[in-house]
Amino acid sequence: MIKFSQQQLKAPKFLRPVYLVTAGQSKYDRAIPDKRTEELCVDALTMAAELLDLTPAELKQYIHSCYYGHFADHFGDQLLGEAVIHDRLGLDPLGNIGIKSGGATGGSTLWEAAKAVASGYSDCVLAMGWERMDEVPTDEGNFLISCAADRDWESPLGHIYTGYYAVMAQKYWQVFGKAEASFRRTLAEISVKHHGYARFNPFAQSGMKITVDDVLMSPVIADPLRALDACLMSTGAACAILCDEDTAVELTKDSKNKPLRIWVTAGSHTLRPADRRDMAIPLLPNETADQYKNLGKEFPGGERYPGFTGFLAARMAAYYAYHMTGVVDPTEDFDVIELHDAFTISDVQTYEDVGIRPYGHGRDYVESGDCYHVNPHTGKPGKLPSNLSGGLLGCMHAVGASGIMQVFEIATHLWGRWAEIHGDANRWKEFGRVKPADWTDLQVKDAKRALSVSHAGVGSHVTATILMDPDHLLKKDA
Amino acid sequence: MSSYGRVQVKDNKYRFRGDFHRLEQNMPIRDADHGWKLMGVTKPRDMTYVHSYGGEAIFFESLSQGKLMATKCENPACEANGSVFQPFRIHCPDCLSKCTVIDMTDLAKETATIHTFMVCERSGAFSVLDKPIKFINVEFENVPTILFSYLLLGEPQIGMRVLPVFKIFNPTYTILDLSWVPAGTKVGSLPEGFSF
Repeated sequence: MIKFSQQQLKAPKFLRPVYLVTAGQSKYDRAIPDKRTEELCVDALTMAAELLDLTPAELKQYIHSCYYGHFADHFGDQLLGEAVIHDRLGLDPLGNIGIKSGGATGGSTLWEAAKAVASGYSDCVLAMGWERMDEVPTDEGNFLISCAADRDWESPLGHIYTGYYAVMAQKYWQVFGKAEASFRRTLAEISVKHHGYARFNPFAQSGMKITVDDVLMSPVIADPLRALDACLMSTGAACAILCDEDTAVELTKDSKNKPLRIWVTAGSHTLRPADRRDMAIPLLPNETADQYKNLGKEFPGGERYPGFTGFLAARMAAYYAYHMTGVVDPTEDFDVIELHDAFTISDVQTYEDVGIRPYGHGRDYVESGDCYHVNPHTGKPGKLPSNLSGGLLGCMHAVGASGIMQVFEIATHLWGRWAEIHGDANRWKEFGRVKPADWTDLQVKDAKRALSVSHAGVGSHVTATILMDPDHLLKKDA
Repeated sequence: MSSYGRVQVKDNKYRFRGDFHRLEQNMPIRDADHGWKLMGVTKPRDMTYVHSYGGEAIFFESLSQGKLMATKCENPACEANGSVFQPFRIHCPDCLSKCTVIDMTDLAKETATIHTFMVCERSGAFSVLDKPIKFINVEFENVPTILFSYLLLGEPQIGMRVLPVFKIFNPTYTILDLSWVPAGTKVGSLPEGFSF
């Protein structure tokens, strides 16, 4: 049984407030053969400047240090790819550094960027993430991704990362899902929802109008997971600009973007799930000590924590973030969220890790309709809409960019600019995509607080990013 | 005349013999929809990595001898004292003292059960396992960790008793030399190269 010390469980604190003032992203697609990676990064930074009604050159004048998220050097066959991007963005002689934490790379990049502002080192920083996953055949891509697993103990086993995660999915499926057909349909609903929302997102790679049966009939990857239960493999870039208060006010004075407070926290757990040892469940503010005492009786096989059914890293990222910001109940305190839906089933697992539902009851978040923009059962707004971008299933998973894309998306809701940005007919045309005739405005009305979760593979790294309208904080000294 | 690259350690240095990479011509990538204009080039490459098992070498060597080795923390001052680690850990994750290597072959034969599994229909490039791959995680009595491996015969189920089998003949000296079969499997049913 592992125990954590009080020092390890201390709520993190920034030395001064940090603000998100703008963000931008490129088009996402499986392949973008007509653009180099730096062109995609320029697209993202240019968009971030435009949202502040500035030119890129004007915005660049404020940037003091740069944080680059790019996971897989071997996909692009370019070590020090960060230096290439930094040079092409014309940001010399600023200090810059590359950040890698698997699928959580985008979130980790924001984590580093936020700390640079919070510490006082920089007043304005660039967090830019990208991935180029289109320059190898898919099976070689799977090989390269499998290199993120332990090279001696896991990778030789099929060179297929999906399989290393899938054993955990199977455990959750059987223990908490009880292998029920109704749960299988709930998982499929998530895919339908995310591909459906992606239809209204011009940046998204895989908008599709599909049914639960379409998901259930898609090819099996690793039973019970099928092709439409799995995230995309993508190419694209996303960026965010973080500032101290004075710079935030100056940069946004003539724009529609209100500076948003931002906090980023991180957790970790064993790279190999095989190494997981048991521990008591670290409790979130909306949980009680005796809440889980009968978990093993309610769900036989669910006695071990985190076992193969929970992600400790996600739980700890949420634990740190909620204590840092005063969040008590994520469903009540947030208005919109973006979760790392690498697979439909890992989306459900994350609902529990971040406290949207108790362990074992994640499916209720979908089945209640709370996770929708409009609750399909009541016709009223969903209580906590999730992944309106389409998520990793429908929008993209350009690994280094994913965590930043999520923050871009939740920020557009807090800025009240979702429809302006996603409904722009010129943008649909520029990306060579057809705006659907039934395009729907997914703006979450009066959104003031939001959460995004960026997650690496089997849960080795997870970050939680919280955005809040500064006039709607939950804790004065956060 | 080319020969496969081979490596020996002599005087604590790597000694390389043979060919470790092959040259191939890069090829243009052209746009079939727009007048065959140049879009880029292919960059073929065939390289051989050299990799040290370090303190884990005894684990992989032992597989080829039909033994499953693990490690145990024996630091009396450590909360993990007495914990057996499988996967094999050179150092205790809590106190970082060097663990003792133990042979847990008999424990595996007597107590191994499937904790979870997944039948995977796909594999990545360079995989040598037949599809579908039956991934299993194996738990053992009084071992806090849960080993990742693959089932060689039968259909996996949670809670199924399994026995370790080892690729003693023509071993690969990788984790693929360890696999599992359902308890009760006869020796004559094992694929070529594997043995109890």
